[in-house]
Amino acid sequence: MARDWRDLFIVDGAGPAPEPEDAPETQERRRGMFRRLRENLRKTRQALTSEIQATLFEDLSDETWERLEEALIYADVGARTTAQVVEQLEREATEGNISGGEALTARLTELLADIARSDDDRIDLRPQPTVILVAGVNGTGKTTTIGKLAWHLSKELGKSVVLGAGDTFRAAGVEQLEVWAQRAGASFVKGPPDTDPGAVAYDTIAAARRDGADVVIIDTAGRLHTQDDLMAELGKVRRVIAKQIPEAPHETLLTVDATTGQNGLRQAQLFSEAVDISGLVLTKLDGTAKGGIALAISHELGIPVKLIGIGEQLEDLRPFDANDFARALVTQ
Amino acid sequence: MFDSLAEKLQATLTDVRGRGTLTEDDVNAAMREIRLALLEADVNFKVVKSFTSAVKERALGADVVGKLNPGQQVVKIVSDELTELMGGAARELSFSPRPPTIVVMAGLQGSGKTTATAKLARYLREQHGSSVAVAACDVYRPAAVDQLIKVGHQAGATVYEQGTDQDPVKIAAWARDRAQSEGKDVLIIDTSGRLHVDQELMAELANIKKAVKPHDVLLVVDAMTGQDAVNVAEQFAEVVQFDGVVMTKLDGDARGGAALSVKAITGKPILFASTGEKLDQFERFHPDRMAQRILGMGDVMTLIEKAESAYDQEQAAELERKLRKSEFGLDDFLDQMRQIRRLGPLQSLIGMIPGMGKELRGVKVDEKEFDRIQAIILSMTPQERRHPELIKGSRRLRIAKGSGTNVQAVKQLIKQFEQMRKVMRSVAQGRMPDLGALMRQAR
Repeated sequence: MARDWRDLFIVDGAGPAPEPEDAPETQERRRGMFRRLRENLRKTRQALTSEIQATLFEDLSDETWERLEEALIYADVGARTTAQVVEQLEREATEGNISGGEALTARLTELLADIARSDDDRIDLRPQPTVILVAGVNGTGKTTTIGKLAWHLSKELGKSVVLGAGDTFRAAGVEQLEVWAQRAGASFVKGPPDTDPGAVAYDTIAAARRDGADVVIIDTAGRLHTQDDLMAELGKVRRVIAKQIPEAPHETLLTVDATTGQNGLRQAQLFSEAVDISGLVLTKLDGTAKGGIALAISHELGIPVKLIGIGEQLEDLRPFDANDFARALVTQ
Repeated sequence: MFDSLAEKLQATLTDVRGRGTLTEDDVNAAMREIRLALLEADVNFKVVKSFTSAVKERALGADVVGKLNPGQQVVKIVSDELTELMGGAARELSFSPRPPTIVVMAGLQGSGKTTATAKLARYLREQHGSSVAVAACDVYRPAAVDQLIKVGHQAGATVYEQGTDQDPVKIAAWARDRAQSEGKDVLIIDTSGRLHVDQELMAELANIKKAVKPHDVLLVVDAMTGQDAVNVAEQFAEVVQFDGVVMTKLDGDARGGAALSVKAITGKPILFASTGEKLDQFERFHPDRMAQRILGMGDVMTLIEKAESAYDQEQAAELERKLRKSEFGLDDFLDQMRQIRRLGPLQSLIGMIPGMGKELRGVKVDEKEFDRIQAIILSMTPQERRHPELIKGSRRLRIAKGSGTNVQAVKQLIKQFEQMRKVMRSVAQGRMPDLGALMRQAR
């Protein structure tokens, strides 16, 4: 079963947080909605499984491995990780440990899911306030993700959220986040035009403390990982935050566009060097791109994938599920 | 340290030089490396397959006697093929005999359409003296209209907008009428980002096209796009038959294989390259430079073009000789720096040297530091410059004092120099396109 929000977030208390008090009708509607969602996912999963079986493992020949390699390359998994996976599966098949299309499919999915999964794949919301810093290359979906995240935190967990307009560079970047804040029912803090992003982060956290908000999410301007001065600026924003609250930012998310090719690895590497990324958001997965680069990032850099973006609406955000991701990787 | 394609190929083809031509085995081995390099550069898998078989034909029996070593020779063949594939000479927008020329910008979310719209507006104003209007047809993305208003004005264009409550097709038609009545030379229509698999939005785009009958529909593609570029391009080609491509975010270090994929699959030329967030960072696309970039060779042509004015062929040969004989000393180092400095801001040029970008990242050289380095070297005796390993203790102190720096700075410079010397030694040992030979080839 796919991970849900209570699996992703760590909240106070021994077990998952209690459901927020809802009217019985709302609760019934919600249960119905979830039931339908699970039904749909199960259908999709079954369809996916048989698809993989049909196309990749219909017969076992040299071509099988070539087909598998092709499928993984097409998913942007990259030559290196692809070679590793194919090699291992081929070895296990030849050694007779696995036989038959079904078993191979299962094992392939397992291998991929293992690579995609990380130990540290949760978001801790216990600190009060929890400070989340969001960074990434231009156009990867930072601001939209923040809007969605704020909405889910509020809807699913009843948290109060403050958004900080740390993108002080982009034309109308502040206005863009402001619209999302309104949609998500979150508070909003911005600075005067052309202000220092560190100052905005500071003001946002101060406002959160003052108002007793649960979560602070700081937006930043899109930047290329090759722009040293901008990466240094990002590091500075982080230090400002850390000075204000010693453990903060508690979560630093990097948005990566699912259509990104091998450059995604460079992005993750350099952003990590600048601000210690604690989690990845794989965005725009509603297209045809499989986002295989996230696999490489998780595997080679040890950065956990925590969230996926699947559209432009508030609801279109999900906790990352390694199994679903792995299955989707190799379907045509 | 150097993982340039030429180096890898040279390692694969070590016994070819003696033989003089490439056998089928040699070529197969080389093609494996090339395939890997292209995949790493995000060229589409299918395109890589067909491309490598085409190159194989050319490479078989190719003559490898000459200044370039076999590895370099194969790279040159590959580079030539790539350049040809991506379109030969640089192409232009098509202009309407009767204004306004209408351009529609389309593409995925986040590809850089709005910025590209403003940049194109500015480019046309500067290069052609055109009067330009831009139309805000992205009514979905929060503050998209605000963004175009700001950057449109920055670019010196008139901005046509009707807020976010109107149908984009209607706004486009209205903008066309306005551009006509206001006598604008060019109208550029910015549209919202859309998935190629979103039937509703793709239909909307087709309707915009029907309503305004544009002379150019440009597909905006992010240079870091991976294998999916082909799917996107195919779908957009089918629905709106775009005329050309704008590649964006080329200031990053993405190799940009998507450029080759899109061109190979759709046959549409890449017209423009966007190379930064500032409005003037926009230029005509050069297929030959892109070919070099995809192969991980850096912008060799640009460097050569610039180098031709600042760098003598003789000096290049002399430098090569010194490197080979390990006579390369701090004087030569300073000389090199001076040469490079004359070419332009140091940072951008170092990135252009094939394979050097990464390695020299640690050896950061900005203008201030260059002055310091120069001062330190000039405080050394000629013997010390030839043999920096002599510089210890009291010598270090003397040099530090003489240059107005400190012992730490002197130590650091020598360490960086030794690193660079090692790197340049491997350069001279044929593991990189021979600058002198390439310059000769370029003439």
